[in-house]
Amino acid sequence: MPIDVAARVIANRPLSSDYNVLALAAPAIAAIAAPGQFVMLRAGAGRDPLLRRPFSIFEILRDADGSAIGLTILSKRIGPSTSLLYDAREGQRIDCLGPLGRPFTIVDPPAHGWMVAGGVGLAPFAVLAQSLRARGVASTLFYGARRAAELFYLDFFRDLGVELVLTTEDGSAGETGRVVAPLERRLAALAPSAAVLVYACGPEGMLAATARTAMSYRRPCEVSVERIMGCGLGGCYSCVVPMRGDDGAVHHVRSCLAGPVLKADQISWD
Amino acid sequence: MDLSLQIGSLRLKNPLIAASGCFGYGVEYAEVVDLAALGAIVSKGLFLNAREGHPAPRIVETPSGMLNAIGLQGIGAQRFIDEKMPELRRRGATVIVNVCGTTIDEYVEVSRMLADTDGVGAIELNISCPNIKEGGIQFGCSLNGTFDVVSAVRKVTRIPVIPKLTPNVTDVASFARAAEEAGADAVSLVNTFLAMVIDVETRKPKISNGVGGLSGPAIRPIAVRMVHECRQMVKIPVIGMGGIADARDALEFIIAGANAVQVGTANFVDPFIWTKLLDGLRDYGERHAIGRLSDLVGTVDYP
Repeated sequence: MPIDVAARVIANRPLSSDYNVLALAAPAIAAIAAPGQFVMLRAGAGRDPLLRRPFSIFEILRDADGSAIGLTILSKRIGPSTSLLYDAREGQRIDCLGPLGRPFTIVDPPAHGWMVAGGVGLAPFAVLAQSLRARGVASTLFYGARRAAELFYLDFFRDLGVELVLTTEDGSAGETGRVVAPLERRLAALAPSAAVLVYACGPEGMLAATARTAMSYRRPCEVSVERIMGCGLGGCYSCVVPMRGDDGAVHHVRSCLAGPVLKADQISWD
Repeated sequence: MDLSLQIGSLRLKNPLIAASGCFGYGVEYAEVVDLAALGAIVSKGLFLNAREGHPAPRIVETPSGMLNAIGLQGIGAQRFIDEKMPELRRRGATVIVNVCGTTIDEYVEVSRMLADTDGVGAIELNISCPNIKEGGIQFGCSLNGTFDVVSAVRKVTRIPVIPKLTPNVTDVASFARAAEEAGADAVSLVNTFLAMVIDVETRKPKISNGVGGLSGPAIRPIAVRMVHECRQMVKIPVIGMGGIADARDALEFIIAGANAVQVGTANFVDPFIWTKLLDGLRDYGERHAIGRLSDLVGTVDYP
């Protein structure tokens, strides 16, 4: 059952002029959250902006004893709500409902976990990387952004032992171009006997390309989709994704309940 | 304060009703809300057959409101009866079903199926969805159409029939009157206002259907006025809705003439809103020494 708390802002760290990491005191939510799940945040206190916004849980914050004390979200400023979150101050309260949705499947060794992130699509992967490491799974992060200054948290992933494969569109860091290119080369080079689960989150085009690439090499792929979402609880039917059902037909499925993590081969990518 | 009310043969323990299309089939909220504590829940719109609705994006936020064009995605009447009603009965919910149709025959058929289902307390007739090409609003925008649908459904069921009216007409009260004359037990209003939002960078509409229905606090004053107009025109109960986000908003509708209210968009923002609304109504009753909520209905005091 999801929990709603007026969560205190523990810290708000700007990563750039658009991106920030917001830390919220929400111990009850953090204690039961799984990688890939999300929270619905209400940025304002009044009626404008009105609706909550969905955010992947980026990190789980723990005290010295290891008890969950809160969570962070990675936000990119694109509209009124994300602007309010960018400007949020320590001590301020933000309504936080969660944890919501279906999480990623965590593989076991010797399977590898390959995370593929585009831009703000890094959002679900910090906590996933921690879970993979806790299970001793060798993991790689394929991470693409526009430019070097928009590649965040690299040391965090390095410290967890995650192999980093970086791309930028302008070539200012890593390989020039899109993140799917190095992913495809690595898939092509992977021994057929080696097991891997591909996890992806990012813009729609990048997600589709990642899913198609993984499927073309017959590798399982889970994508975390981002849809405009009204409620996060299945009430509004806003956040649908076209998915192929058992009957072979395409149905609109609510990503808040069935997702946000969905199996790539069940989505109708056309 | 006694909050109960009667709509035809249906007794509601309080006037707070979850609006159609904003509460799934009710079961989605069973873990966060005590469904039995609500006056009633209204199901998502039901046609005879399942529908997939429009592609995403289906909603966009607007100043103090939102625009939606879901396209009445739904599982159809029979699956609702088989898959959702058992849990709603088990949880003690008072259930109003929202019935859709592309023809009068379909309204009649779906109404007949649902009225015969144990636990269905009333039928809300959706003659006002702005987001689908055929069905619904074509009846709701014509006085004869409204009269014909309501009287046809009236003939095949004894449970209360509540047409849901569109605000996208010149004189909504005349539609309430047509519904009353056709035998409706109550009317509910307003459905959403047909509206549009455009992305100026791409010059494309922000939802896939192009246009959609506006809801939320932005529409409340217009909805209150329309409820008040209907109150003056008909004797049957009026169920008011449109942008209610707290108890004061609900009271405004009641004072304007609503016997009960529906809450939709605000439930998206705060699924725990129901106990706050109930507490707010009770507190108001105490402060103003009102014994029965019905004593407050339509008591707007003109200067």
